[in-house]
Amino acid sequence: MADKSTMVIFSGDLDKAIASFIIATGSAAMGSDVTMFFTFWGLNILRKSEKVPAKKTFLENMFGRMMPRGPEQLGLSKMNMGGLGSKLMKRIMRKKNIATLQELMETAQDLGVKIIACSMSMDVLGITEAELIDGIEYAGVATYLAEADQAKLNLFI
Amino acid sequence: MNANLVVDAKGLSCPMPIVKAKKGMDTLESGQIMMLETTDKGSVNDFQGWVKQTGHELLNVQEDNGVFRFFVKKS
Repeated sequence: MADKSTMVIFSGDLDKAIASFIIATGSAAMGSDVTMFFTFWGLNILRKSEKVPAKKTFLENMFGRMMPRGPEQLGLSKMNMGGLGSKLMKRIMRKKNIATLQELMETAQDLGVKIIACSMSMDVLGITEAELIDGIEYAGVATYLAEADQAKLNLFI
Repeated sequence: MNANLVVDAKGLSCPMPIVKAKKGMDTLESGQIMMLETTDKGSVNDFQGWVKQTGHELLNVQEDNGVFRFFVKKS
């Protein structure tokens, strides 16, 4: 049976998201079954870039407006400088022919990496299923723990 | 050395060479040989780890003008 890797993606920072997907695709390429569990700010990585109409309360609406929609809008954890740092980092990475976060996410799904969105934090942040990318699952902490218990590698990012 | 499959991962950086290697290997039968070309300096060490983990056999590594060629036999 294949080895298992599990990851909790709590952060919604661009640099940490890139690192997460490099490890996830790498692990899948090494033959492991990989599960990524997205919670809190990490959910923003999974948001579609376009606005999706949804019925929300005033506070949920505010949250939705203030948080980045998808990989293109994420900022760096350091030296973001109001988004300039993130733009510069993306330019440097393109120049050096390093895969973009979008490409890494597509590769991960292509390799069968399981992506799970935490339904409780979706509820807290007021994010609906329609706002997240296709091909993902929705679950809670028990699902993550059941997978993590069998995994040789488990990371919290 | 003759390869059944040639995979070009030149110019790509981590983790794409091993992703391409996995996809290439998935198309081969046991005992067949894949030749993979990379330019990423980290890939020399990466492929030692990749074959160790996947159980395939690294037959030969060549370097020619900054291009690394890995010959891997599918287990």
